[in-house]
Amino acid sequence: MGRRLLLEHDAVPGIETFDVYRKHGGYRSVEKALKTMSPQEVVEQVQLAGLRGRGGAGFPTGMKWSFLAKPEGVPRYLLCNADESEPGTFKDRYLMEKIPHLLIEGMITSSYALGCNLSFIYIRGEYMWILEILEKAIAEAYAKGFLGKNILGSGFDLDLRVAPGGGAYICGEETALIESLEGKRGNPRIKPPFPAVKGLWGCPTVVNNVESLAAVVPIVNDGGEEYAKIGVGKSTGTKLISACGNLARPGVYEIEMGMTVEEFIYGDDWCRGIANGKKLKAFVPGGSSVPILPHYLVTKTAAGDDRIMSYEGLSEGGFATGSMLGSGGFIVFDEDQCIVRNTWNFARFYAHESCGQCSPCREGTAWMEKVLHRLENGQGNMRDIDLLAEINKKIEGNTICPLGDAAAWPVAAAIRHFRDEFEWHVNQPIESQKRNYGLSKEISFATNI
Amino acid sequence: MSSHVHIPISERHSEKPVFSPEKMAEVQRVINEYPEGKSKSAVIRILHFAEDEFGGWLSIETMDYVAEILNIEPIEVYEVATFYTMFNVEPIGKYVFEVCRTGPCMLVGSDNTIEYIENKLDIKVGETTKDKMFTLKTAECLGACGYGPMLQCGKKYHEHLTKEKVDTLIDAYRAGNTNIEI
Ligand SMILES: Cc1cc2nc3c(=O)[nH]c(=O)nc-3n(C[C@H](O)[C@H](O)[C@H](O)COP(=O)(O)O)c2cc1C
Ligand code: SF4
Ligand code: FES
Repeated sequence: MGRRLLLEHDAVPGIETFDVYRKHGGYRSVEKALKTMSPQEVVEQVQLAGLRGRGGAGFPTGMKWSFLAKPEGVPRYLLCNADESEPGTFKDRYLMEKIPHLLIEGMITSSYALGCNLSFIYIRGEYMWILEILEKAIAEAYAKGFLGKNILGSGFDLDLRVAPGGGAYICGEETALIESLEGKRGNPRIKPPFPAVKGLWGCPTVVNNVESLAAVVPIVNDGGEEYAKIGVGKSTGTKLISACGNLARPGVYEIEMGMTVEEFIYGDDWCRGIANGKKLKAFVPGGSSVPILPHYLVTKTAAGDDRIMSYEGLSEGGFATGSMLGSGGFIVFDEDQCIVRNTWNFARFYAHESCGQCSPCREGTAWMEKVLHRLENGQGNMRDIDLLAEINKKIEGNTICPLGDAAAWPVAAAIRHFRDEFEWHVNQPIESQKRNYGLSKEISFATNI
Repeated sequence: MSSHVHIPISERHSEKPVFSPEKMAEVQRVINEYPEGKSKSAVIRILHFAEDEFGGWLSIETMDYVAEILNIEPIEVYEVATFYTMFNVEPIGKYVFEVCRTGPCMLVGSDNTIEYIENKLDIKVGETTKDKMFTLKTAECLGACGYGPMLQCGKKYHEHLTKEKVDTLIDAYRAGNTNIEI
C-alpha cells in the first residue's frame, strides 16, 4: 500500500469524534495557518502542492482560489460540493462518514485562506444521515473553539453550515448548486459571470469538492512541496478511488497517483481482480461521464506502455484510445456484461437528470435513450448507430452546462470501441436477447479514429 | 426531472398541517443559519422536515404552510418541490423502497432485485401496496455503487441485497421495526 494522507486513520475507533481525531493530529493545519501563516501564504502552499480539483474536472485549486474577486465590504463564500451523484462515485461519502472532522478542518483552513466568514457544505439529500454526522462534528468544533468567533484568538471568525439537496444530479454542477443553495430549482446559470465574481447571493464564491478541501489539511501540515513529491508529473498527491462493478473487492481506496492500473485492479492490497474469476471486458475509470475503454486498453495504452492511475495516464491516447480520471468512480465490467445495455442505462440516467432548460440537452438525451433502448432490445437498425453520432454532434458544445457533453461523450466512446457489439445487436436481434456478446475484438486504431 | 411538472391536487390533507413545537424550534434554527433576508435558502431542508412530519409527502396545504413560514410565495415552494426527485407531491406508502437502477448497481444484479421485490410485494415500480404499507420506486445512483444491489428507505441505506435480505427487510418494516441494520 502507498502513503495515505486522507484516510490514514479511517479504521481508528471513535475517529468521528473531536477528541480522537485531535489525538491523531487533527486540527493542526488550523493552528498552523491561523497562528503562523497569512491567508496568501496558505493559497501559495496549495499552488505549490499542485492540487487539482477532485470533483471531476481537475482544475488547479490554487489557481481557482487566486481568481476569487475580493471587492471591499462584500462577503465571499466557500461552498463544499458534497452532492456526489456521478454514477460510480462514492468516495466523498466514505470520507465524511468516517472522518467528518477532516472535511471540517479543511474547510476552516480553506475559508481562512479565502477570507470567508460563512461557509457551507452542500450535501445530496439522500445522504441525510451523513448531514447529521457532520452537524454533530461541527457542534463539537464550535464547542472546542475551532469554529465561531475569534478562532484560537486569531481574530478570524467562521460559521459553518450544512445544507441538503433534494435529489438532483445537476446540483453537483457548481452554478446549479448555488441556485439550489439559494432555495431554487437547480438550473445551471449561464457563465460568465463566473462564481468567482458572482456566485452565492451575487457574491464572489468558490466551489470545491469534499476531497479537494480535505487535501488542504496535509498540504498545510507538511507544506505544498512535500505534497507535490507524491505522485507523477502534474498529478500530485493521493486520490480517492471508489471502485465498483464486477471486482472481487470493491470499495474506497486512497492511492498515490502514478500506480499502475494493473496493480490497482489485480493487486492483493487493492481490488484483487475480477469477481468470480471472470475476465475483464471494459472499464470506465472516472465516473459515468468519462469514455469507456475495452479490455486491451485498460492495463496498457495503445502504445503498449503500462497505463497509469493519474490525470495524464488515464487520458493517454486522447479521445481515440484514452479516458479520464474524472471523479475517481472506477467501474469495471466482466465478460458477461452487455455494453449496449450499459450505454443505454447511462443514457437513461442523463435523460432523467437533464434539468431541461436547453433543448439540445433535454431533447437530445431523451432521444439517445430511446434509440439505445431500441438497439438494446434487438429492434434497432444500422442507421440508428449513425443516428446516435449525429445526435451527439447536436448536443456537444450547444448547451449551458457540461451535462450535455457528459451525456454525449460516453455514447460516442462506446460506439467507437464496441461498434461490433452494437452491430451484432442489429444483425442478431434474437440471439442478442439470449446471450451476451463476450469480449470485443481488438480493433486497429489507425482506421478507427 | 422535467420542467413540465404539474401538481396533482386530487389529494388534500384534511387539517392544516402544523409542526410540533420541537420541530418548529428546529425549523427556526435552520432559518437562522442563513443571513438576514436569505431564509428562502432553508426551503429544501424544511420540505424534508415537512415530509417527515406529515405522512411522507407534500400536499398543497403543506407547501403553502412552508411558504408562510418562510414568508415567500407558494409558487416558489411548488417549483422546488416538483424539481427535486426526493419530494413526493402525491400520497405514498408508509415505507418507500427506492432501489438504485444505475449502471454500477445493474452490473451486480439490481434488475433482479427490482423484479424480486415487485413479485414479492405484488406491485410494479411506481406502485403502492393495497394496504398502503410499501411503495416501490427506482432511483438513480445513490452513492453506494460498491455495495450494490442496494435500496434506500427513509434515511437508511440497505446494501449488498440478496433475496434473503429483502425478505428480512420486508418482514421487519411490516412489523414496524424501522431500526433494522442490514
Ligand atoms: C453535471 C455535473 C455534475 C457535477 N457533479 C459534481 C459532484 O457531484 N461533486 C463535485 O464535487 N463536483 C461535481 N461537478 C463539478 C463541479 O461543477 C465543480 O467543478 C467542482 O465541484 C469543483 O470542485 P473541485 O475543483 O474541487 O473539483 C459536476 C459538474 C457537472 C457539470
Ligand atoms: S446542458 Fe442539460 S443539464 Fe445543463 S443546463 Fe442545459 S438542459 Fe440543464
Ligand atoms: S449505481 Fe447504484 S448506488 Fe451508484
